[in-house]
Amino acid sequence: MFITGIFAVGFYIATIILIVGVAMKVMRYARTPSPLVIPTTPAPTTRGGVVLRMAREVFVFESLFKGNIWTWVLGILFHYGMLIALLRHLRYFTDPVWGWVSLMQWMGIYAGFAMLAGLAGLFIRRVFVDRIRYISSPSDYLILALLFFIAFSGMMMKYVSHTDIIAVKEFIRGVMTFHWSPMPTDIPVLIHFTLVITLMIIFPISKMIHAPGMFFSPTRNMVDNPREKRHVVRWVEERSQSPDQ
Amino acid sequence: MAKADYEIPGLSQYVPVPKLEPGKMEHSSPFIAKPEHNADLGFPGELVDDWHDKAIDKMGDLLKKYRSLQVFMDICVKCGACTDKCHYMLGTADPKNMPVARQDLMRSVYRRYFTWPGKHFPKLVGARDLTRDVLDEWYSYYHQCSECRRCSVYCPYGIDTAEITMAGREILAHVGMGQKYSNEIIGKVYKIGNNLGLPGPALENTLEGLAEDIEDETGIAVAMPMDKVGSEVLLITPSADFFAEPHVDGLMGYAKVFHEAGIDWTVSSYASEAANFGLFIGNYDNMEKIAKRIRKASIDLKVRRIVHGECGHAWRVAYSFWNTLAGPFDYLDSNYPVPQHICELTYDLLQAGKIKLDPSQNDDKVLTFHDSCNVARGSRMGDKPGGQFDIPRALIKAACNNYVDMARDTINEHTFCCGGGGGLLTDDLMELRVKGAMPRMQALNEVVESDKVTHVAAICAICKTQFAKTLPYYNMGMDMIISVHHLVGDALIMSDVPEDKEEEDEDEARAQD
Ligand code: HEM
Ligand code: SF4
Ligand code: SF4
Repeated sequence: MFITGIFAVGFYIATIILIVGVAMKVMRYARTPSPLVIPTTPAPTTRGGVVLRMAREVFVFESLFKGNIWTWVLGILFHYGMLIALLRHLRYFTDPVWGWVSLMQWMGIYAGFAMLAGLAGLFIRRVFVDRIRYISSPSDYLILALLFFIAFSGMMMKYVSHTDIIAVKEFIRGVMTFHWSPMPTDIPVLIHFTLVITLMIIFPISKMIHAPGMFFSPTRNMVDNPREKRHVVRWVEERSQSPDQ
Repeated sequence: MAKADYEIPGLSQYVPVPKLEPGKMEHSSPFIAKPEHNADLGFPGELVDDWHDKAIDKMGDLLKKYRSLQVFMDICVKCGACTDKCHYMLGTADPKNMPVARQDLMRSVYRRYFTWPGKHFPKLVGARDLTRDVLDEWYSYYHQCSECRRCSVYCPYGIDTAEITMAGREILAHVGMGQKYSNEIIGKVYKIGNNLGLPGPALENTLEGLAEDIEDETGIAVAMPMDKVGSEVLLITPSADFFAEPHVDGLMGYAKVFHEAGIDWTVSSYASEAANFGLFIGNYDNMEKIAKRIRKASIDLKVRRIVHGECGHAWRVAYSFWNTLAGPFDYLDSNYPVPQHICELTYDLLQAGKIKLDPSQNDDKVLTFHDSCNVARGSRMGDKPGGQFDIPRALIKAACNNYVDMARDTINEHTFCCGGGGGLLTDDLMELRVKGAMPRMQALNEVVESDKVTHVAAICAICKTQFAKTLPYYNMGMDMIISVHHLVGDALIMSDVPEDKEEEDEDEARAQD
């Protein structure tokens, strides 16, 4: 029960940090104005066009595809693997399990391997391509390792140590409803949970903030219509005008 | 071939991604501005004693004012997609010319002073204190970026290193480390009206001389007026168009088009400059002040339209920023876009059949087109995205029968900067300019060899000057570079050519046969 308590409290703290941290960053991005119209052109000339452009960036990494095909392949493997794995996890949070979540359970192993392969590839790139090694700090390697071992320990739980999944679900539901129930304590589950808590805590203060942050990128989310529509932000209007004007 | 005491990159079949050579360009720095040049722009004359605190304060200020800076500082994942996209990196092999590394010069300081992990675990996240060495490094490498935005095309989040460079220069200027070239020029705009310091009377003389040249050539008296109140069009064009080669032939081309279309136009002696170096130094107030001169000129001269000559960064400022900086332009004729690019104007006239071109006039040439970075990635022409690529090409093709494009990954949005943009077109950065020109020269050289291209057309004053200067370093002739409106002007069929002139021309043609 002691271990259960530690992890339960850990999840509460991590959840608060994650939500508050991301909210604070997003609020800061939203509040910071973009005084000039700076989309990278050619850019859409309508709002709808911008939504489509952003959707292409989010779902198919359009610019990265133009930029570097290997990073694109590895990035897609990793992110889609992670997305599917994450969605699969919904079954531990919902009771009864939603139909579409049950239907996608079979994808778990493929998603897990895609994620591991993508992350391993990205790590290798970072170590062996001199340009990428040059721009990497320790945290860049550690984040990849963290995600790798989250996926790895998760797969160990399922395929090696055969962690008691029913108990895991009860623990998670218990944390969610504040009626704790004991969690399994084999090594993979301890590692998996520790790393996930770490990830949640560093998410808002690390480069992982790119996930919400990219929606605020002015070169991608601004409409190319400066001649038709005058764009003026508050700090520009509120400046004391220089005397010769 | 032009000589240099540094290694000029060789041209090969493709642009190889060089092996990194750390420190290769750390000696490259432009001259620092003199105190009076800084003062003209409202900056401290020389490095202030409390530069450290001032710089950090300014960074904090910019982080609140520019979403681009705040978001870009945070969201780079160091994926490396941009690392081989910068022409300065490709030409110099210096790792700090990789776009992400250039951003990191500032990001490392941002993390140290503005983020929790950077304050507590600097080594872990690559954070560092702002020292005098760091400041000098900023000065050096933020003047090895032409603010061309090529990196932003390939970044999964559109991180535009130009925004970081501008912020870097803005911070440097605020602690007294302005750049001589840009600041001196902005001062000239305020005092005299243009970058070159060409005063009104001299400008008027020049225009008269050019009109005479056109008359000698065509037999037609084409007006080239200055400060003519009540004209329909105010032409705002880079001052290099008034006398530099090959720019001036472009200006004569505009004049012919205006004449043939019966458009009454003028230039202004007060705002005789399209260039807006306020963009280069990243300073909003100066950019606004320069833009407002144009607004004032258009009101004083009671014009109904503003047309913009061939200039790259200036077109970005005009197209993307003027409405913000100096608008609204509701006092101008709303039937035309404000501002309108000379290429748009000529293209529309051509579409409407109001002017005609005879492409056989340029049969002695094989053309290619260099997309200028600020036009390609920071603006538009026409109604459709990508008009900035199609419209100039349509003009060239209408004016010339032989046209080929350079390699696909070096044109349109992928275009390589000429190597001289962003306030770097100064002799004290010659080594950087020559090396940075390499990727563009490589693509050009390829079509010279494969398709016998004789000329490269451009629509940017900086590109034209930079090409003329760097082509010889790569064994190509400096006169290969040509203005789009030079081609247009030569091909334009002038309807009111006097008869004796026509005969004379025919005689000449016969004599040549
Ligand atoms: C809106 C959702 C997201 C989008 C569109 C997105 C997009 C991208 C892209 C385009 C890259 C660069 C390519 C690559 O290195 O893979 C990237 C990198 C990365 N993403 Fe995401 N991402 C998203 C969400 C997330 C989330 C939720 C996480 C972590 C929990 C994450 C973790 C990472 C990491 C660690 C990298 C760097 C990989 C490396 O070091 O090479 N991403 N992301
Ligand atoms: S904006 Fe252009 S010059 Fe500057 S880093 Fe990016 S690619 Fe290089
Ligand atoms: S492409 Fe963008 S995210 Fe990737 S390293 Fe360069 S700046 Fe960072």
